[in-house]
Amino acid sequence: MNSMTDEYVTEDGRRIGGTVMDLRNITLRFGGVVAIKDISFDIRQGEIRAIIGPNGAGKSSMLNVISGFYNPQEGEVWFKGHRRGPMRPYQVARLGIARTFQNIALFDGMSVLDNIMTGRLNRMKAGFLSQALWWGRAEREEIENREAVEKIIDFLEIQNIRKTPVGRLPYGLKKRVELARALAAEPQLLLLDEPMAGMNVEEKEDMSRFILDVNDEFGTTICLIEHDMGVVMDLSDRVVVMDYGRKIGDGTPDEVRNNQDVIDAYLGVAHD
Amino acid sequence: MIYREAGDFKTSYRSDGQTFPIRLDRWGYYAVLAVAFGVIPFVIDDYWANAVFVPFLIYAIAAIGLNILTGYAGQVSLGTGGFMAVGAYAVYKLMTAFPDISIVIHILLAGGITAAVGVLFGLPSLRIKGFYLAVATLAAQFFLVWLFNKVPWFYNNSASGQITAPTRTVLDQAVTGPTASAPAKYLICLVLAVAVAWMARNLTRGTIGRKWMAIRDMDIAAEIIGVNPLAAKLSAFAVSSFFIGIAGALLFAVYLGAAEVGEAFGINKSFLVLFMIIIGGLGSIFGSFAGAAFLVLLPVLLKNTLVGGFGWPTDLAAHIELMVVGALIVTFLIVEPHGLARLWRLAKDKLRLWPFPH
Amino acid sequence: MDQLIFAGEVFLNGLMTGVMYALVALGFVLIFKASGVFNYAQGVLALFAALTLVGIQQGQIPFAHLINAAFGTSLHHFGWTVPAVLAIALTAGVMVLLAFLIEKLVLKHLVGQEPIILFMATIGLAYFLEGLGDVMWGADIKTLDVGLPQGISDTIETATANWFGYGFFIDRLDIWATVIAAALVAALVAFSQYTKQGRAMRAVADDHQAALSVGISLRFIWVMVWSIAGFVALVAGIMWGTKSGVQFSLSLIALKALPVLMLGGFTSIPGAIVGGLIIGVGEKLFEFLIGPMVGGATENWFAYVLALLFLVFRPQGLFGERIIERV
Repeated sequence: MNSMTDEYVTEDGRRIGGTVMDLRNITLRFGGVVAIKDISFDIRQGEIRAIIGPNGAGKSSMLNVISGFYNPQEGEVWFKGHRRGPMRPYQVARLGIARTFQNIALFDGMSVLDNIMTGRLNRMKAGFLSQALWWGRAEREEIENREAVEKIIDFLEIQNIRKTPVGRLPYGLKKRVELARALAAEPQLLLLDEPMAGMNVEEKEDMSRFILDVNDEFGTTICLIEHDMGVVMDLSDRVVVMDYGRKIGDGTPDEVRNNQDVIDAYLGVAHD
Repeated sequence: MIYREAGDFKTSYRSDGQTFPIRLDRWGYYAVLAVAFGVIPFVIDDYWANAVFVPFLIYAIAAIGLNILTGYAGQVSLGTGGFMAVGAYAVYKLMTAFPDISIVIHILLAGGITAAVGVLFGLPSLRIKGFYLAVATLAAQFFLVWLFNKVPWFYNNSASGQITAPTRTVLDQAVTGPTASAPAKYLICLVLAVAVAWMARNLTRGTIGRKWMAIRDMDIAAEIIGVNPLAAKLSAFAVSSFFIGIAGALLFAVYLGAAEVGEAFGINKSFLVLFMIIIGGLGSIFGSFAGAAFLVLLPVLLKNTLVGGFGWPTDLAAHIELMVVGALIVTFLIVEPHGLARLWRLAKDKLRLWPFPH
Repeated sequence: MDQLIFAGEVFLNGLMTGVMYALVALGFVLIFKASGVFNYAQGVLALFAALTLVGIQQGQIPFAHLINAAFGTSLHHFGWTVPAVLAIALTAGVMVLLAFLIEKLVLKHLVGQEPIILFMATIGLAYFLEGLGDVMWGADIKTLDVGLPQGISDTIETATANWFGYGFFIDRLDIWATVIAAALVAALVAFSQYTKQGRAMRAVADDHQAALSVGISLRFIWVMVWSIAGFVALVAGIMWGTKSGVQFSLSLIALKALPVLMLGGFTSIPGAIVGGLIIGVGEKLFEFLIGPMVGGATENWFAYVLALLFLVFRPQGLFGERIIERV
């Protein structure tokens, strides 16, 4: 990949590296319905990449392809320089891709702490016997990972709800816990599915701040889907615009904003 | 103000993650263990052992096993009776084939064999969920009972088709067979029950327990954060069946002494253990004990009052017991789906604030 | 050749048994479609209905056993008998009352719970009803006779003897059961297609919220559906009861409706029927061909194992809809 070479530094001083995720000519069908048609784009190290588009444009399907929940019929998914074959979602997670969900998918029967700890499951390697006897590696790992999780809890300012069952939390906090769970995995690529859906202005501002902080402090590469154009343009380095399963625009927020196809898709134009 | 957590500060993640974070709970737990090991063995007689303590401990083990599968991993099973039968017949074959080896090893091996059978019947759980799976586990129940009934090898060709436990000793004390004493039976069950509860607690608070609960709460999300559903579900089936196998082995060898498979391990046994965890509390080790105690004591109590007290016929008492159990199940599911364990926790929460109401 | 003819006879008998399974399965499907409740107690409902029918018909005093035990009396019968038709009507009334009580005391309080919780609640209900039936009417095995013809059908035996040189043994009761089951299904289909209540029932089955928003009373529908299921249970209870006596095992036979449903899909009436026939024929043929080699009594598990294997390859059943998972 030639793009590995042209690293650059953004205006606010973040270092953007080479390509992490490269999607080439992805086509995804459900029976006769084409959800994604021949889409290619890349995600680079350290950037915030957004996918936007009207309802039903295929954004969520795209995210599901990246996270391995759907396997596309055509096209190639390259991650960190290797082609990724068809995989189960848990295998993709183990490659270092974590995500949040549009309709929160937390484990309601568990506490906030336990939910976030599940983000680190793949880092805990203690054997069965060690776990059953709670001796040696199991206990050591539990404490080490708890420390890492506590850092994330501090970072996202949710110390006071640590032991609360997730089911009792209000919507905005659930979204934050979900972000915490994804961060706990220390992912190389973080996927956010409409992180601000259903939030009020204040909550949106909080969430935007957290996303920027995550990217800034941990250098995490982020790919997010969002409805709210304003938020996306402020947050992201580059934007992919989708409509009816096709890519109609790709570039910096400014480039996209002035793209005639994008304006047509968003404002509506008479089709001939 | 006696029962409280104020002032009981945790200074390490280790102490924060312990089983009984509140000091008084810890003392209570030690006190119960001290009585169970230090007092009861010296005062227990045959009636108390056979009517209450031995069945209570054995069913507690079975309930912990089913609770791992159903309460923690969210896979409902109606095959508990069948899996207990595997434990019973495995221990019988081992006891009679290798009389020189310790019965404790046989019981653990019986658990292991049951775990393997459990994994086999757990395989469909990858494709089917919820009550579809519950009905599918009925296949295990009916097939296993039929198998042990029809293949004479399993009951060593005995004429009656029954299996009968020979006398085996632990530390020179008979724990099975007609000569086993009440304290010996009680102690072997107690030791195993405590060990099982302790292991179950360790497993459920750590990595594997979180995987189970993640699968239970939202299986798709669990897979996307990196839980392998195959490994998680099958490990739940294995651990669950291991414990249930031990319970089956004890039920046959220590408690019943002789068993006929359809009678001792029929579908009603599956329901009995399921009811124990519903009443006790799904996803709670303490609840497994509470539910087992409740359903072991209930018939004893009903029998003592209705038959012993009022002089009613036993069959009528048995029918009334069915009604009471059924009504209790429905009531618990309506009023408190988390069972006795949750009621206990609520009571403690109240107590924590007492005497100040808020 | 003889073997083939025997197999043919087994096949026909299996079909008849299958009709019985389908009859119980039908009750499950009705309740599941309208309320999302997987009613484990359907089999016990059939047992309870049969017990009540016998009790009313023979003029048994309900709870006699309990009253005798409590007050030292020795009651047993009123001393009259009730004609079959009236007894059936009265039993149907009892089943409606039961449906009303179940809605009032159980279902109403479990609205919105997870399906598996509802399922377990119906297991509790099954235990309660089993105990109640025994306490009300006594647990002894009873014979049920409402005037349905029984015994081997001479017509068919002679006819087949003329055709194949071998007379098929087919119970007249089974033939009647098939006819009645077919009539029942036809009536149910007509009811759900052409009446207002039937359409409301289908609306509820499709979408609870939407049905509520157009003014359909969910509670009324539930009581109605459970009443119908109670009536179907009564019919099944009469058939099974006449065939093999009214006893506890009747509720276990009815348990076989579960694998029938797994085959047919939980929401499909044709599925329940086809599933019932497959299980009925399958287990009889398996017992006939393989049974002798493995010690017999394979009917105990064949249905469950078949359903289990089937589900692994087609989780939605024969007629169920394929589920696409989304996040």
